Amino acid sequence: MKEEQPLGGRLFTPTFLFCLLFFIIALFLLAKRFMYGLGAVTNMSDGYPWGLWIAFDVVVGTAFGCGGYAMALLIYVFNKGEYHPLIRPALMTSLFGYSLAGLAVFIDVGRYWQMYNIFLPWYINPNSVLLEVALCIGAYVVVLWIEFTPAFLQKMGADSAKKSLEKIMFIFIALGILLPTMHQSSLGTMMVVAGSKLSPLWWTPWLPLLFLISCIFMGFAIVIFEASATSTRYKIADESHMLSKLSGIFPWMIGIYLLVRFADVAVRGHLGLAFKGDLMGNMFLLENLLLLVPMCILFMPASRNNARVLFFSAISIILAGTLYRFNCYLIGFNPGGGWTYFPAAGEILITVGIVSLEIMAFLWFVKRLPIYHRA
Amino acid sequence: MKNQNYCSLNEKLSEISRRDFMKFCGIVAASMGLPLSAGPQMAEAATKAKRRPPVIWLHGQECTGCTEILLRPTHPSLEHLILDLISLDYHETLNAGAGHQAEAALKQSMKENAGKYILVVEGSAPLKDGGKYCMIGGRPFVDIVKETAAKAAAVVAIGSCASWGGWQSSSPNPTGATGIPEVLKGTTVVSIPGCPPNAYNFLSTVLYFLTFGKLPALDEKARPKFAYGRLIHENCERRAHFDAGRFAKQFGDEGHRQGYCLYELGCKGPITHANCPSILYYAGAGTWPVGTGHPCFGCTEEAVGFKIPLHTQAEVSQVTPAAAHAPIETAQGKGMSAGAAGVLGGVAGVAIGAGAMIAKNLGQSDEGE
Amino acid sequence: MEIKRRDFLKTVAGGAALALAQPAMALAREKARLPDAVGILYDATLCIGCKACMVGCRKANNLPVEMTGSQNLWDNPMDLSAKTFNIIKKYKNGTGQFKDREINGFSFIKRHCMHCVDAACVSACPATAMTKDAKTGIVSYNKDACIGCRYCQVACPFNIPKFEWDNPFPKITKCQLCDHLLAKGQLPGCCNACPTGASLFGPVAALLEDAKRRQKMQPGKYYDFSVASTTSGRTQYQPAARYVPRIYGESEVGGTQVLMLAGVPFSNLGLPDLPSTSYVAMAENIQHTLYKGMILPVVAFGGLAFLVKRSGKKKEMDLPAESGPDIKPD
Repeated sequence: MKEEQPLGGRLFTPTFLFCLLFFIIALFLLAKRFMYGLGAVTNMSDGYPWGLWIAFDVVVGTAFGCGGYAMALLIYVFNKGEYHPLIRPALMTSLFGYSLAGLAVFIDVGRYWQMYNIFLPWYINPNSVLLEVALCIGAYVVVLWIEFTPAFLQKMGADSAKKSLEKIMFIFIALGILLPTMHQSSLGTMMVVAGSKLSPLWWTPWLPLLFLISCIFMGFAIVIFEASATSTRYKIADESHMLSKLSGIFPWMIGIYLLVRFADVAVRGHLGLAFKGDLMGNMFLLENLLLLVPMCILFMPASRNNARVLFFSAISIILAGTLYRFNCYLIGFNPGGGWTYFPAAGEILITVGIVSLEIMAFLWFVKRLPIYHRA
Repeated sequence: MKNQNYCSLNEKLSEISRRDFMKFCGIVAASMGLPLSAGPQMAEAATKAKRRPPVIWLHGQECTGCTEILLRPTHPSLEHLILDLISLDYHETLNAGAGHQAEAALKQSMKENAGKYILVVEGSAPLKDGGKYCMIGGRPFVDIVKETAAKAAAVVAIGSCASWGGWQSSSPNPTGATGIPEVLKGTTVVSIPGCPPNAYNFLSTVLYFLTFGKLPALDEKARPKFAYGRLIHENCERRAHFDAGRFAKQFGDEGHRQGYCLYELGCKGPITHANCPSILYYAGAGTWPVGTGHPCFGCTEEAVGFKIPLHTQAEVSQVTPAAAHAPIETAQGKGMSAGAAGVLGGVAGVAIGAGAMIAKNLGQSDEGE
Repeated sequence: MEIKRRDFLKTVAGGAALALAQPAMALAREKARLPDAVGILYDATLCIGCKACMVGCRKANNLPVEMTGSQNLWDNPMDLSAKTFNIIKKYKNGTGQFKDREINGFSFIKRHCMHCVDAACVSACPATAMTKDAKTGIVSYNKDACIGCRYCQVACPFNIPKFEWDNPFPKITKCQLCDHLLAKGQLPGCCNACPTGASLFGPVAALLEDAKRRQKMQPGKYYDFSVASTTSGRTQYQPAARYVPRIYGESEVGGTQVLMLAGVPFSNLGLPDLPSTSYVAMAENIQHTLYKGMILPVVAFGGLAFLVKRSGKKKEMDLPAESGPDIKPD
């Protein structure tokens, strides 16, 4: 087995420049947002105080960033050391997902200039679910950067520093498992508060458990998606055997998740809402169908060895997790009073800009930092 | 025409100029919402009739306030006109004769003008104990009304007492006071309620009848629509204060002196149909109850005047304009715009394209193996 | 070692399952009404829709008028907003001719902060910008603490807190029961302006008592109704309406300090049917069960650190190639 290496190559590829264009568009829109207020670029309203930015950039974005968490859970808690080569790319996605979620929060909050209030002991409210989420995500971003520091040190050739950091790294790895467990479940608890405003198809006191399980299978799916995508683009070590083996987890995890999901809705007596044929019912069915299909497919070992099937299954699982989170935060959310919401073009473009930034950072990282194992 | 002297009625009557008379008819027509051409028509009907139309005016249980309003005001020569316009054959207050002589005049008029005279009833009829609480010439009032009405061309109940019983009919109603429409069930009795009613409303109705030979449009309580079609609240001069939430809270307080809305003091304007704020009582500004600072007490409205306590607030049944109230739900928030849909479509396209490319490459590497 | 690991995992899993099972069991986290709490009793059957309270609110809170629609002629907000803390809305059905009747009738409803006993916004706010007065129970906002996250808006079951969307330096705004006027011994703007006593200010205990008295009234019979406040001494002599047998706010989400009476079912008036336990109580139960004294996270952290360290050692033994010399990138 070889050490991770930078992939090298030209940085300013057409893809990179395309992303740069959208990032610049987003910068203009951001200037507008900070000069004229949130209403100038977004469709968020008093009925839908949280829009695309929170639902996608933060709630879905951090779930995309759960690859590192899911792999660490597998490698360290379930003692599957053979997956170790997958962890650094996964960590990198986590790093981007979480750092940019933090950026999105900064853009989204109205009184950003006093955001530090949530760190001041005389202001914090220990009863607030959001406080727990905010502090946990904040801490996790720091932990992620520390976990990722060896890659920088490796590039700089600071071997001794890297060695001494690795000695205490177990603390940060442990934190890197604990913190996502805490805040990913709390992201679910956040919507427990919404109560009657959230459709009974999604509102349940079990939201934290469902968010936790869904973030883990999304994390695994992201790892598979990313490995598949990069393996075709760049010359990196063949990881397909690992991916096939890893995908064996899905049927069980998704099975447990769906069991809890349906049992909960059925016990609360709201399963009928799923078949009403309206937007919410259809979204519920779609969300679970996107999980049910890959679960059945991946149950067969043969399909796990087909890279294409695996790739599409991973996409389906990612979409399901994304849709679940969108449903909980936006589509299933009805404040009453005649309110409607659909993100504004400017709002979407800022999100696109953030994703573009993420892709640019990804390209820079894999080409200049030792992330992947070269073939 | 002011400062008249009533000593010589006939002399004064001849003083009415053509100009004044036409003016009066024009005002009457205008107050009823009739076209201007109706004014001369009315004048013609009133003056060119072969004989002045006979009017029989009966008094039941009342205070004679309704007669007063026709005689007292300094309105342009109203009393002259009514005496010139009509032949008032019987009116207990104004009769020249008395006793048997007066009753004989009534009998004679009824006989001579059967089916032609206008019967005006002022006051309610007591029905309890055989109607013995109001006897005229030894006969119960209710019998006289029935007998006179049988041969009348039209019956007009003037004042609230005649219209539905008025204040005498308030609980416990010891005399069994009843309005004339109730007494003369089956006959159309035009009601001009009010305590007292506005003389214009009475005269306009009578002139309309003389001119067109039919009664003006009436509402379901047989009140002329031109006078009782709208709520006082709708045309009230203090309405703006109501809309702005400025209310007098006590008589004589700051708001009361500022002329604020009297709703809080019990004004019945919101539930009372009458044209008081539009035509006022005779000359001068503000000559009507609300104009003087007293809440309307609903004298023209059955079940309001003399029934609901004077300072109890009225139910605002007809909220106008209704559109000014926010509905429980208003469509709010911005939906999908073309731009947003376009951007999303683009994003989806790029994502699907990228996914397909990766999948294609994956397939190639599979095949390559 | 394997057994130990398994045992540990079992314990962790069992603990987590137990902890997560707790919310379903609904822990007792009762917030009782404060004895000196003040509030408003809104009686829709007394309301005449004159909107004097909206004007009173604007004056008391120094708010600008809000014009909607194409003609900028009238102050006619359609809903609560950053500029409107109090609004009279109208329910209308069919011909809309009978007051306080559900079918072919109409009813007014006044919307503003309910000043919940267990306020969702207070629990949700991460920076303690929403506070509940320990004595009066008034829920108020502190812009110096607020970070503008708008979680209070998500949490509020009545959609009360509003945000200044068009302000680059925005605030949350809401009815604060005119606490600045109460401090001066005056009444809240809306109650002071109300001509009929439909908005009645007073101690919640007295208001609740009055609401119960009104529920027992015989429709059509005349009674005395207090105006402005329970202690103003001013009364109106009015016939009682036919009330729906429910005092909204008596138990909804753990009770509110603003109570409402109406002749039309409250769900028609835009007021949601809510359970007697607040949703924040459930969320707090989950959180406090998991994070009480941070014991569970600390124990979990210890276990995880142990496992990771073990794993590292095992990795070194099993896979010596992993710790080979670093290759310098080119």
